Amino acid sequence: MLELSHVHKVYRVGAFGGAKLRAVRDVNLTVKPGEVVSLIGESGSGKSTIGKMVLGLTRISSGSIRFEGADVSRIRGFSAKKEYYRRVQGVFQDPFSSFNPIFKADRVFSMIRSSYFPEMSDADWRDKVLAAIGTVRLDPENVLNKYPHQLSGGQLQRLLIARALLLDIKLLVADEIISMLDASTRIDVLNLLGDLKERGLGILFVTHDLSLGNYVSDRSVILRKGAIAEMGPTRRVFENPLHPYSRHLLSCVPQLHRTWAEVDAELAANPPEDVELPTVADGDDSAPLVEVEKGHFVGIDQN
Amino acid sequence: MSNIPGAPGATDTGGAPDASGERKVSETLHFARRNPKLLIGSGIVLTLLAIGLVGPLFIDHGPNVYVGPQSQPPSSEYWMGTTTFGQDIWAQFVYGLRSTFLTGLLGGGIAFIVGTTVGFVAGYKGGVVDEILNMLTNVVLVLPGMVVLIVAVAYLDVRGLVVQALFIGLTSWPWAARAVRSQALTLATRDYVDLARLSGRRTWRIITSEIAPNMSSYLVMSFILLFGGAVLIAAGLDFIGLGPAGGVSLGLMLENAGGWSALQLGMWWWFVPPGAGITLLVGSMYILNVGLDEVFNPKLREL
Amino acid sequence: MTLRVNDLKVYYQTLRGDVHALDGVSFDLADGEIMGLAGESGCGKTTLGKSLIRLDGRMRHVDGTIELDGKDVPIADDRAMNPFRYHEISLVPQYAMSALNPTRKIGRMIDELLRARGVRPASVAEELRRRLELVGLDPDVLNRFPIELSGGMKQRVVMVMATLLNPSLLIADEATSALDVSTQRSVAESMVEFRDRGYVKSMIFVTHDISLVYQMADTVMVMYAGRIAEKAPASTIINAPRHPYTKMLIGALPEVGTTTEDARLEGIPGTPPGLLNPPTGCRFKDRCPIASEECSEVPPLVEIDPGHWAACWKTGR
Repeated sequence: MLELSHVHKVYRVGAFGGAKLRAVRDVNLTVKPGEVVSLIGESGSGKSTIGKMVLGLTRISSGSIRFEGADVSRIRGFSAKKEYYRRVQGVFQDPFSSFNPIFKADRVFSMIRSSYFPEMSDADWRDKVLAAIGTVRLDPENVLNKYPHQLSGGQLQRLLIARALLLDIKLLVADEIISMLDASTRIDVLNLLGDLKERGLGILFVTHDLSLGNYVSDRSVILRKGAIAEMGPTRRVFENPLHPYSRHLLSCVPQLHRTWAEVDAELAANPPEDVELPTVADGDDSAPLVEVEKGHFVGIDQN
Repeated sequence: MSNIPGAPGATDTGGAPDASGERKVSETLHFARRNPKLLIGSGIVLTLLAIGLVGPLFIDHGPNVYVGPQSQPPSSEYWMGTTTFGQDIWAQFVYGLRSTFLTGLLGGGIAFIVGTTVGFVAGYKGGVVDEILNMLTNVVLVLPGMVVLIVAVAYLDVRGLVVQALFIGLTSWPWAARAVRSQALTLATRDYVDLARLSGRRTWRIITSEIAPNMSSYLVMSFILLFGGAVLIAAGLDFIGLGPAGGVSLGLMLENAGGWSALQLGMWWWFVPPGAGITLLVGSMYILNVGLDEVFNPKLREL
Repeated sequence: MTLRVNDLKVYYQTLRGDVHALDGVSFDLADGEIMGLAGESGCGKTTLGKSLIRLDGRMRHVDGTIELDGKDVPIADDRAMNPFRYHEISLVPQYAMSALNPTRKIGRMIDELLRARGVRPASVAEELRRRLELVGLDPDVLNRFPIELSGGMKQRVVMVMATLLNPSLLIADEATSALDVSTQRSVAESMVEFRDRGYVKSMIFVTHDISLVYQMADTVMVMYAGRIAEKAPASTIINAPRHPYTKMLIGALPEVGTTTEDARLEGIPGTPPGLLNPPTGCRFKDRCPIASEECSEVPPLVEIDPGHWAACWKTGR
C-alpha cells in the first residue's frame, strides 16, 4: 500500500546553503493494510522527517513514495493533495499544539466537513461524528463543545484520531502520539491503534521509545542517522537484535523488571552472534540492507 | 427584572469559573479594566474621535470661510478665536481632526494591509518566496521615507488627502512586515497549521483563520503604531506645505499659523489647538499601545 | 536522617482561587538515599521539587515544616533560603543549559555562579576538573559555549556544577527526560556514582518514567493529586505495590518485548481530579475499582511494612 523506495532528504544549511545535512538516507520500507510499522529512533534519526514526507508536509530530495501504486511524493496542486489526504492522515506529538487554542476542540471536525463533506446534512454529519467518537472510546458529552485547555492530553489525541477516522483513510501516520501523555492514558491510545489495525488500517507509528514501539507493531524499523539499521518482524527484532546499534539501544532502555546490570550480565553470558553488516564505499550515500533471516534485515553501520 | 446586570438571577448562568470557555477573553478583560494606561489612552483617543466626528455637524459654515472678526482671542462665540482673516479656529480644529483621523486610518490601514500580507506570506511560505519578499522589505526599509514622500507628493498635481495617505501607506509598511513575518514564522510550525493542511485547507485560509487570530493582539498593536506614525508623517508633510490643497488638517493649521506669524503676534489660540491635538492624539495612541501590551502580555501583568 | 518533610502544603495562587498542588505531604529521606518521585503530570511532584529550593511568585507556603540535617529550612522566606541554596540543596533541572546565556563560555558561567554564592572559584577548580573527568567529559568543555555541547554533555556539566560544593540534597527534576536512551543511561549512572562517592548525601529524582526510577533509585515515592500515594523500596513498588493507584499505574506500562498479542494492558479510566477544588476524602476514589464508603475519609499515610508506606484504607494495617 505505502512504499518508500530510496528516499533521501538533504537539507542545505550554513550561510549560503553550502553545507549539507543528511536527514534521511536511502530508506526503503513498506506498510501493508492492517499492519503497524514502528519507526524507532533517537533524536536526529530522521524518523519524524519520514513521517512528514509521507504526509506531504516536507518535500523529498530524491527517491519515491508510492501510495496504492501512484507516486505521491511529487503531487502538486491543491486538489491532488486534498484527494491524497482523504486517504492518508496524520496525528502529531503534541496534542495541545495540534489544536488552535482560541477555538473549540471540535473545530477540527468541522474543518473536515467543510473541506470534504460540504453536502452532508447536519443530522448525518452528527451521526458520523458520534460514530467516530465512539470508535475512539470517548464520551461525546465530555468532549464536544469544549475548549482544548478543558480536555486532557489523552482525550485530545483520541479526538484527533477520531478526526482522521471521519475520512475513509487507509493509512495513519502517528508521529510520537503518546510521548506527551501520562502513563495511565498512553496504553489506551496504544490499544486504540491496535483496534484500528484490526479494521484494516495501515499505521506508521513513529516513536523514540522502544518499550512502546513494540507493543502494537507488527514490524519494527530501527533508524540511525537517517538510515535503517535494522528492520524486521517486531518479535524478531526485539528477541534477536542483529545490529550492534539495536543491541546497544536495547541494553540502555530502562526496563520494568530487569535492571541495567542484569541486562548487561545476560549479554555478557550469551554474547550474540555477529552478523556481517553491509558496507558502502566512502562518498556513496546509499544504505543497502542485507536479509539475515526471513524478512529480517540489517543495514550499514555508521559512526 | 432578573436580566438587570448584577441581579442575583442574571449572574448565575455563565459565572461558574470552570464552565467559562472564554477564560482567556475574560482574563484579558479583567486586566484591561484595571490598566490605567489603556483606559486613559483609549479615553483620549475616543474623545478626539468623537469631536472629529460630531463636531462638524454643529457648525453651519465651512472651516475656511471668513465668518467673523479678525484675530479675535477665544470668546463665547468663537471658542478658539479666529485667524488673521477671520476664520473660525474651532471649525478648523474639528474638521482638521476629522481629516487627521482619516489620514491615519487610510495611511495606517494601507501600510497595515501591505505589511501584514507581505509578512504573512513570507513567514508562512518560507524558502524563495520569503527571500524575495524579505529583499523587497529591506529595500523599502532603507529608502529615506520622508524624502521620497516629499519628492513624490511635490510632483503630483492632485494633492488630495487620499493620495497623501496612499503614499504614506506605501512607504511605512516594512517594519510591520518584518514584525509579522517573524511571528508568522514561529506560528507556522505549530502542529495545528499542519493539521489544517491535512484537512484540505487552502493557504490563504490557513493564514487568515489559523495564524492571524493567534496574533490578533500583535496585529492590533501594529495597526495602532502605524496609525500614529501616519498621523505624524501627514502632519509633517502638511507643515512643510505639501498637504492637501484646499483642505484643512491640523498640520495645515500649524503651517498657516506659522506662515502668518501667529507666534510673533502672540496669537497662541491659532497654533496651540492643532499642536496640542496632534501631540495628544499620537501620544495617547502610544500610551494606549503600552497599555495593550501590558494587558496582552502575561509577563508584564502585575498580579 | 537527611531530610524530613512534615505535612507540607504549598498552593498556587490563580485568579480563580488556590490550586492545592501540595496538600499535606510528609516523608523522610535517609542519608545516602536516592528517592525516585514519580506520578502523572499535575500530581505535585515538580511542585515538591521546587518547594525545596525556591518558591516562585505564585507559590505560597501554607503549612508544614522541612528539616535538613536537623536544621529548619525556611522555604517561605526567599532571603533566608539563600545560605541553603547550592551549598546545602542543589538542583538539576530539565533544560538547564538552554536557559543560560549562550554567549558565555561554560567555565566563566561556573565561576560567576560560584562567586555569586560566595565561593572562590580557584578553591574548587581542581575538584571541578576531576569531577568532569569522572563523568567522562574533557575539562576542555570549560572553554566551550553551551551550544557546542550535546544534550547529554550539558546535563553532565550541570550535574557537576550543581554538586561542586557537596550539597546534602540534590533535586533532579526530569533531569534525563529530554535525553536519548543511551545518553539517559550514562547520565543516570553518573548520578548514582556521585551519591556513591559522597558528592551528594541524598537525592530526589523527579520523573514520570517509573522504569527509569527502578534502575537507579533506592526508594520510590508515588504521588497522586497533591498527596503521597505510596512510598517503598524500588523493587517493592515495581513487584509488590499495595496502593491501587500504583498497581494500576504499573499495570499500564508496556514492557520491552510485550505485544498486544501477549496481553492487552489497560489504562486507568477517568482523569485526575482538578486541584482548584480538590475532592474530599481519598483523591483516587473516583477512579479506584475497590473504593467503598470509608474512602470518603482521607486515608492516612501509614507504614504497612517496614519502610513501606501507603495511604489507602484497603492496604490493611
